Amino acid sequence: MISKNDVTHVANLARLSLSQDEIDRFTSQLDQIIAMEDELSHVETEGVKPTTHITDEVNVFRNDVVVNDGITREDLLSNVPETKDGLIKVPSIIDKGETDA
Amino acid sequence: MSLLDKDLETLHQELVAGDIKATDLVEQSLDTIEQRDPQLNAFITVNAQQALADAVALDEKGIKAEDKLAGIPIAYKDNIVTKNILTTAGSKILNNFEPVYDATVVEKLSQAGMINLGKTNMDEFAMGSSTESSYFKPTHNPWDLDRVPGGSSGGSAAAVAAGEVFAALGSDTGGSIRQPSAYNGIFGIKPTYGRVSRWGLIAFGSSFDQIGVMTKRVKDSAYILTAMSGKDAKDSTSSKQEVPDFTKFVGQDIKGLRVAVPDEFFGDGIDEEVKTQVEKGLKVLEDLGAVIDHVQLPYTKYAVPAYYVLASSEASSNLQRFDGIRYGYRAEDVKNLEDVYIKSRSEGFGSEVKRRIMLGTFALSAGFYDAYFNKAAKVRTLIKQDYERVLADHDLIVGPTSPDTAFKIGAIVSDPLKLYYKDILTISSNMAGVPSASVPAGFDSKGLPVGMQMVAKRFDEGTIFKAAAAFEAATKYYEVKPSFKGGAR
Repeated sequence: MISKNDVTHVANLARLSLSQDEIDRFTSQLDQIIAMEDELSHVETEGVKPTTHITDEVNVFRNDVVVNDGITREDLLSNVPETKDGLIKVPSIIDKGETDA
Repeated sequence: MSLLDKDLETLHQELVAGDIKATDLVEQSLDTIEQRDPQLNAFITVNAQQALADAVALDEKGIKAEDKLAGIPIAYKDNIVTKNILTTAGSKILNNFEPVYDATVVEKLSQAGMINLGKTNMDEFAMGSSTESSYFKPTHNPWDLDRVPGGSSGGSAAAVAAGEVFAALGSDTGGSIRQPSAYNGIFGIKPTYGRVSRWGLIAFGSSFDQIGVMTKRVKDSAYILTAMSGKDAKDSTSSKQEVPDFTKFVGQDIKGLRVAVPDEFFGDGIDEEVKTQVEKGLKVLEDLGAVIDHVQLPYTKYAVPAYYVLASSEASSNLQRFDGIRYGYRAEDVKNLEDVYIKSRSEGFGSEVKRRIMLGTFALSAGFYDAYFNKAAKVRTLIKQDYERVLADHDLIVGPTSPDTAFKIGAIVSDPLKLYYKDILTISSNMAGVPSASVPAGFDSKGLPVGMQMVAKRFDEGTIFKAAAAFEAATKYYEVKPSFKGGAR
């Protein structure tokens, strides 16, 4: 059984904040989905190696040189919500004044 | 008859001879979009001005006999990045994102002269089987406007079926090209993992994702897939395997083709009418000389749980990059950096995406990793071995693409688990990395298209093209056009 506390904990890890309504809904839905995933415990996997990728390529190397397709700094900054002097601007890392810790 | 109903070779000959111009094709495409898309919602962005300008430039330059794809209108699923054209992945979190480069597939097809008509609607971040989880709008099925087009490449499928474009690209992580192709009565192929570069595809499950082609006709797909396949220095998982000219397989006979039919693909939960149509399809293959053999893929029933653990885990990792800092939606009223991340993500992602991120984060979290992620990765090995075993002495695995035909919009939107099981027949191909296509196989009693799935050995798309083309020539289901019924408002 997945509890509301579990859901809140996982949301925290994933940097999501959920409304009370979302917590209620996700708790029951995730509980059902994870119960479905629990069917995997019936499969005998003793000695089976996990598969985490399916490419046949092994150790793909390239020369350690800068590749530039003509994309400029201005191009790269064109989608940034807030910039200053050609840099990405973000709010201060630590709260100014108010705390909610 | 619309110009876009002709096949690629006919259009190409007419273009080279000067009987038609690229501009005619683009105008036909734009006219149909204007007429149909208010009902269908297949497009998020229509690239009208640029498409017309590209067509004019191409007509001035002239189309040569070797430029097979030049002047042909195509659309791209909105998770394939296009330079200076809005690319949203169906999400609010990218509702203002204009990429500064083209995906490799877009670059290759543009170089071949294909004209980009726009970006198609999709389930948010390709997570869904109905295109209802798009942030923007649901897409409607041209065969019955009250029904879903399938998903997640539902916009691409509906656009092709409705004749809005000649072809469209989609992406397939667990069935997202094949299931909507089945629901819309078109041919859709997910190539072998590694066949096509994923550079510029907004990642969902990186060990599953593959870009593929959706068209009405099999040979047209072969032309396009040949042009967009191959090793790409920008995607280290793309394969060095030589790319054959897939069109060469079209027209070959299938006498002696060894076809495996898995019992599990005709079990409980598969609609009776779908079974009947696919059984008829198997009979057609048999009449064409194929040898049918019944086999077992016993791990099929674990494909859905294993997939939802693994693909969600990869998604939760891939989607960490959406944090409101470098591109996309940034929340207002934030106190500090942490707040930017949390608020931008919480306001920018929709319910289904949050659910998958949560599932994945859970499966990867301390204390649960072995029971979920690692266990599912081992089951993936068993599923892959199932396929390898059957394909070792068969050329093709054939069964239904989807357990049912298109369902009503809104019918199961509140039941994610039920929706997840729509992928039960398609997921395993992504688990094993094998090429897999959906071929039109007729209609149910409601007039809704049924798809027949063909799965081949890794890098053996040729056999799929061979069998699908022979089947198409014998059945000609592409001649039946969608009715655009329903959709009363």
